[in-house]
Amino acid sequence: MNSGMDELYREVILDHHRNPRSADALGAVDAEASGKNPSCGDEVTLQLAFDGDKISGICVQSHGCAIATASGSILGDLVGGRSVADAGKLAGAFKQVMHEEDGELADELDPGDLEVLTGVRKFPVRVKCALLPWITLMEALAAREQGRDVGPTTTEV
Amino acid sequence: MDSQDRSLPAPAGVHPCDGQVGDCSHCGPLLVERFPILKRTIGGRPLVYLDNGATTQKPEAVIAAEARYYRENNANVHRGMHTLAAEATDLYEGCRSRVARFLGMARPQQVVITRGTTSALNLVAEGLAGRMRPGDEILLTGMEHHANLVPWIRLAKREGLVLRHLPVTDAGTLDLSRLSELLNSRTRVVSLTHVSNVLGVINPVAEIAAAARRRGAIVVVDAAQSVGHLPVTLDSLGADLMAFSAHKTYGPMGLGFLAGRAEILEELDPLEVGGEMIDTVTLDDATWAAVPLRFEAGTPNVGAAAAFPHALDLIDEVSLERLRTHEISLTGAAIEKLQRLGGLTLYGPLDPSERGGLISFHDPKVHAHDMAQLLDSRGVAVRAGHHCAQPLHQRLGVAATTRVSFSLYNSHDDIDALIEGIGYARSVFGA
Repeated sequence: MNSGMDELYREVILDHHRNPRSADALGAVDAEASGKNPSCGDEVTLQLAFDGDKISGICVQSHGCAIATASGSILGDLVGGRSVADAGKLAGAFKQVMHEEDGELADELDPGDLEVLTGVRKFPVRVKCALLPWITLMEALAAREQGRDVGPTTTEV
Repeated sequence: MDSQDRSLPAPAGVHPCDGQVGDCSHCGPLLVERFPILKRTIGGRPLVYLDNGATTQKPEAVIAAEARYYRENNANVHRGMHTLAAEATDLYEGCRSRVARFLGMARPQQVVITRGTTSALNLVAEGLAGRMRPGDEILLTGMEHHANLVPWIRLAKREGLVLRHLPVTDAGTLDLSRLSELLNSRTRVVSLTHVSNVLGVINPVAEIAAAARRRGAIVVVDAAQSVGHLPVTLDSLGADLMAFSAHKTYGPMGLGFLAGRAEILEELDPLEVGGEMIDTVTLDDATWAAVPLRFEAGTPNVGAAAAFPHALDLIDEVSLERLRTHEISLTGAAIEKLQRLGGLTLYGPLDPSERGGLISFHDPKVHAHDMAQLLDSRGVAVRAGHHCAQPLHQRLGVAATTRVSFSLYNSHDDIDALIEGIGYARSVFGA
């Protein structure tokens, strides 16, 4: 590949895109959140199940480009089984890193394949694609903490 | 000097486009050397610009004229007694006259200068608001750009109007069989696009306009994708009002036009009020200037207006007939080669003579954004997304499509670069 395309379309990303994880609908859903990128039409829907302060189940359904789909799949992999607090921390750290030139995700966050996805920040127009599922998760967790209904999420803020 | 002499010399054994349908299949780009940006490379590869539906590139004559205005003539228009003010006013009004001539209007006063097509369509919708009564109907189509949809949605919500839409057939054309049922005595406005910015289809505007006129409705045409590509006049469209943008016709950004029949323009209320558009102002009353200045509140984009006639000169130099032949040739070849790739869904009619110079397609294996990103890595610029036509994409059943759109400086080599790039994108995705 050329012109940095091999950095954008890393094999890990393509694999998540081809075989998205956590795509099966949950039996019991405690919270559902949807996000979209109005400038391009990409959409993601998250279903979450909670067991106390733990995210016990997650389903991610993406309709979008490879970056958005892969990001959602990685989210499903990383967030299922984490505590709500840790999941929120990871999402916040990822959002921050994607807006920086060279920050890294701390090892203690156990970022897994998410580290690969930070390469997308070299392509500024695609950062929103990578963030879409994560900001949707942040809204779902914020709504839970504040005891309100989940609102729609949009990348245009 | 013949205009052909100014285009790049055709490679040996290749015929330059001579304006005859069918004789263009191997011709090179037209006047490519006039467009400095086309010398650029993207990631080390020559730029292949196929996003002309979003905006065309600008010829040196336009760029130079806008710079010259700021170097030599800059002043505010229609006010000030000094030499520069008079020159600026002449350039601004010269643009109005040139556009009027290009569109076959009887008088320059029939052309309102706006910021673009969107501004022009907002002016029409809001300008007609005072004449609408609850229950009045507006007929649009299922293939409108948001610019010809959202102003009417807002107006309808506020004034209690009924919006109706002429549906899109599976072939990507307007379903004219529904026209008589959708038009009725309450229909006050029919507003539609001439050339769809997604489907590419050229709509039978004159036929629809005639039916609308029989019902006493005002006919508004979004001509953003047709002016500069097809021979278009207000009369040939049978329209009352038409809107287009300078920047999609080789001109500067921030400039557009609303052209219309004088008696209809008289009916419109101004959208913006303030300086420049008044007749008399007291502390608590104001009267409007005559059309078209009534609609041109505030300081307009004089630099762009000074430059735009040079874009129209370029189009006339090539001639719209020859340009049209060139775009039909490119569109036909692109459709054929895209179809030959297999697995792509192409939208709109497949006969290039029934469409403008743009093609949208869907690849089930490669999302439009990824396609556009990977094409960009090969220097090929295309548009990906819903192209400001979400309802149409819902009708097509896809969230996003990839669009290629042509203009005079494109060539058959550009199509080959596109096809090669799509092959590359598919290989990345293992498709």
